[in-house]
Amino acid sequence: MENIDLSLIWALIVALGVIMYVLLDGFDLGLGILFPFAPDEDARDVMMNSIAPIWDGNETWLILGGVALIAAFPLVYTILLPALYIGVFLMLAGLIFRGVAFEFRFKSATQRARKLWGWSFFGGSLVASFAQGCVVGSYIQGYQTANDVYTGGAFDWLTPFAVLTGVGLAAGYALLGATWLVLKSEGAIQVWARSLVNKLLLGVLAVFVLIGIWTPLMNDVIADRWFSQIRVIWLLPLAALLCALGVYHFNRRRRDLLPFLLTVGLFVFTYLGMVVSRWPLVVPPAYSFRDAASAPGSQFVVLVGVLIILPVVLGYTAWSYWIFRGKVRVGEGYH
Amino acid sequence: MELDPVVLSRLQFAFVVSFHAIFPVFTIGLASYVAVLQGLYVTTGNRTWDLLGYFWTKIFAVVFGIGVVSGIVMAFQFGTNWSNFMHFGANFIGPMLSYEALTAFFLEAGFLGVLLFGRQKVSPPVHFFAALMVAAGTFISSFWILVTNSFMQTPAGVEVVNGMAQVTSWSEAIFNPSFPYRFSHFALAAFLTGGFVVCGVSAWFVLRNRDVEVHKRALSMSLWLLLFIAPLQAVVGDMHGLNTFEHQPMKVAAMEGNWETQAGAPMLLFALPDRDLQANRFEIGIPDGASLFLTHEADGVVPGLKEVPRDQQPPVWIVFFSFRVMVAMGLLMIFFAVAGLVLRRGGRIYTSRWFLRGLQGMALAPFLAVLSGWFVTETGRSPWLIYRVMDYAAAITPSLSGWMVLLTLIGYVLVYAVVFCAGVYYLFLVIRQGLEDPAAGKSDEHMGRPARPLSATDVSFDHGHN
Ligand code: HDD
Ligand code: HEM
Ligand code: HEM
Repeated sequence: MENIDLSLIWALIVALGVIMYVLLDGFDLGLGILFPFAPDEDARDVMMNSIAPIWDGNETWLILGGVALIAAFPLVYTILLPALYIGVFLMLAGLIFRGVAFEFRFKSATQRARKLWGWSFFGGSLVASFAQGCVVGSYIQGYQTANDVYTGGAFDWLTPFAVLTGVGLAAGYALLGATWLVLKSEGAIQVWARSLVNKLLLGVLAVFVLIGIWTPLMNDVIADRWFSQIRVIWLLPLAALLCALGVYHFNRRRRDLLPFLLTVGLFVFTYLGMVVSRWPLVVPPAYSFRDAASAPGSQFVVLVGVLIILPVVLGYTAWSYWIFRGKVRVGEGYH
Repeated sequence: MELDPVVLSRLQFAFVVSFHAIFPVFTIGLASYVAVLQGLYVTTGNRTWDLLGYFWTKIFAVVFGIGVVSGIVMAFQFGTNWSNFMHFGANFIGPMLSYEALTAFFLEAGFLGVLLFGRQKVSPPVHFFAALMVAAGTFISSFWILVTNSFMQTPAGVEVVNGMAQVTSWSEAIFNPSFPYRFSHFALAAFLTGGFVVCGVSAWFVLRNRDVEVHKRALSMSLWLLLFIAPLQAVVGDMHGLNTFEHQPMKVAAMEGNWETQAGAPMLLFALPDRDLQANRFEIGIPDGASLFLTHEADGVVPGLKEVPRDQQPPVWIVFFSFRVMVAMGLLMIFFAVAGLVLRRGGRIYTSRWFLRGLQGMALAPFLAVLSGWFVTETGRSPWLIYRVMDYAAAITPSLSGWMVLLTLIGYVLVYAVVFCAGVYYLFLVIRQGLEDPAAGKSDEHMGRPARPLSATDVSFDHGHN
């Protein structure tokens, strides 16, 4: 056991878990954000049906991420949750509302009730996405700590910078949602979804540029890393930019799958860029992933379970996406 | 008034966990019942069992759905409000909660979908197997949670290094002294909950003359089960209490309303404990009862609350009355279970109106008993979050201020109120709809989707027609 770098393995697992969650829950949160703008109720039904079989499983990643942090990097859990106290509440309330609204909208027979649950679905999705985006911003900025506990205030996470990342992530999720809809729909609904892609892409890129300028100005360590240490990491934003161009191009060429995949690429490269900006810190600026680690014995005990169960879950996830591949048509659903 | 974050966090935690807890305790019992029904269908081939199985699976789905939604909050509550506690206990609690989540994940990913949506797609034996796995899964889930809780009651198998608990023996920490009793008592509570709800709902149908022949079967089989486990629960509860007496004597003193350390302590049936007075203002009891019960000698010495300073005494009032509510419910349950046996002669369990009406009401009893039982357990250990290791004040998140907790507490109450009202309202609609032929259901297209428990039913939420 001593020979294995358990903390490093766990850091990779958690990093993988985070991006899995962001991508999977991202597109269904994004559809929620686009929900009220849809041309008609038929389109809304298609939107919901396109994620109906999978969204619930997507959110399970969040729970797993939370408890895996307790087990492997307790310090991250015990500093970030207090620091993000109000934000976490907003996110959970948003997710709950959205989950309940999702189910009960399907079961509503009257138009009024459908509308009401539809708005709850939108509100919950938007609040949850924005709160998650703020987490990203606060993470880049860092947390005020002393002796392993958070010492800042209740709204330290809600800086102008975090609001920007909050808006950025919400726009990013909406983009994922729009390209997902391009993939899953046809006809008028698909035309509408395509018309959204470029607008959203522009918005996302604008936020990226702002963040790209703002971050090094704000933080010397990050600036130093990007401008004087390792030049190769410039490949990451470059790749992200190429993905963005690809989304634009293939959306105009009326391709179905590529815009979605390239948006996923955009997310992945941006995420990697953020990870290398901060590595090996997990609670910036004070703690690295080694400082935050739990006892090796504890990390090992959970690793066994994760290595057995995670492959099964991944396999099952892939399988259910495969089962539900193809277009969703008006008036038909998994419902 | 100064808003105390500790008091408010306790309130908040008590609220969210109480809300969450009433759903799993029901789904755990119901999952086993569904598995039994599907098993009977496979072995006998009698369609009645399948009809019942389908009906109760739909109810299971709705309750499970609400349970999952409320559980998501729980996973974050520890960190937001009790971060020092989590930091201290992470090396043990982290792995336990992770295994809980992994169990749930595995269960949802695999068998829940088949149970809820696969009726038409897989053969009855496979469907039965899925039901069995879901039932086992809910128990495994509660296993990890109860390990965590019992560890906080009777910590074992750890040593403190640099302000964090380090596990020295996993088996001692997992099978800590109170765990076996808590788990048995809780498992029986889950069966009692499932049993009494099934009885209550079946009685409702019988009274209204709807599908009587089918619901009679459910009623009869549940009553047999209750006849054995209702008395058993009292026995296990007594053993649980004796174990608590050994490890947490002040909790038992609060349950008994006993202030003075004395030989021949009475068993109080009713009293008005008064913390300021450090005595009871009024009491009726059986002389020597508590001593006899706890030490098995009429003049055995039982420690009283005054053993510890006032600020280390649990809130006696809550513990004392919650305990009596639980025991009263337990006795009522035994009464109904035995009455069921007596009324079997001449088939009066299906005709006696007071009995059927009573059973309808008794569907609420297990929830009352479970909640009050948890109140005893949890408030009885205060001021300790981890018994004799860490108290509330040391456990709380240092950066928390009172208004933050108050704000989110109000928020959770509002959110849960919506979820609860919508959920329970919908549950009643599903029950009212009654039996449905599984073969005529729309479940065909559902197969293969992961869990979306609520979609297992297609009753519409409000009036009108689909
Ligand atoms: C259907 C539910 C139900 C019923 C009928 C009873 N209980 Fe109970 N009781 C619970 C459900 C429960 C519970 C909710 O499951 C608790 C809370 C924590 C635990 O371990 O079990 C509990 C806790 C609990 C405790 C606290 C132990 C501790 O915290 O250390 C004691 C001493 C008893 N019970 C004893 C009894 C007795 C003597 C009963 C006699 C009829 C009884 N219970 C009926
Ligand atoms: C499931 C049914 C449960 C109910 C109804 C319940 C109820 C309560 C109540 C009423 C309190 C307040 C105690 C006080 O203020 O004196 C409390 C405290 C607490 N319980 Fe539970 N509990 C349950 C299960 C659990 C479990 C399974 C755990 C751990 C895994 C747990 C962990 C805690 C913690 C950390 C506190 C301290 C915070 C506080 O005092 O409110 N509880 N619980
Ligand atoms: C007596 C105490 C508890 C029991 C017996 C229990 C058991 C269960 C069960 C069986 C489920 C599956 C859903 C259901 O049946 O409703 C569930 C859901 C959940 N519980 Fe609890 N629980 C308890 C308390 C807690 C606590 C204290 C936490 C906090 C860590 C927690 C976290 C969760 C989570 C995150 C879920 C959702 C998991 C999923 O997606 O399936 N539970 N619980």
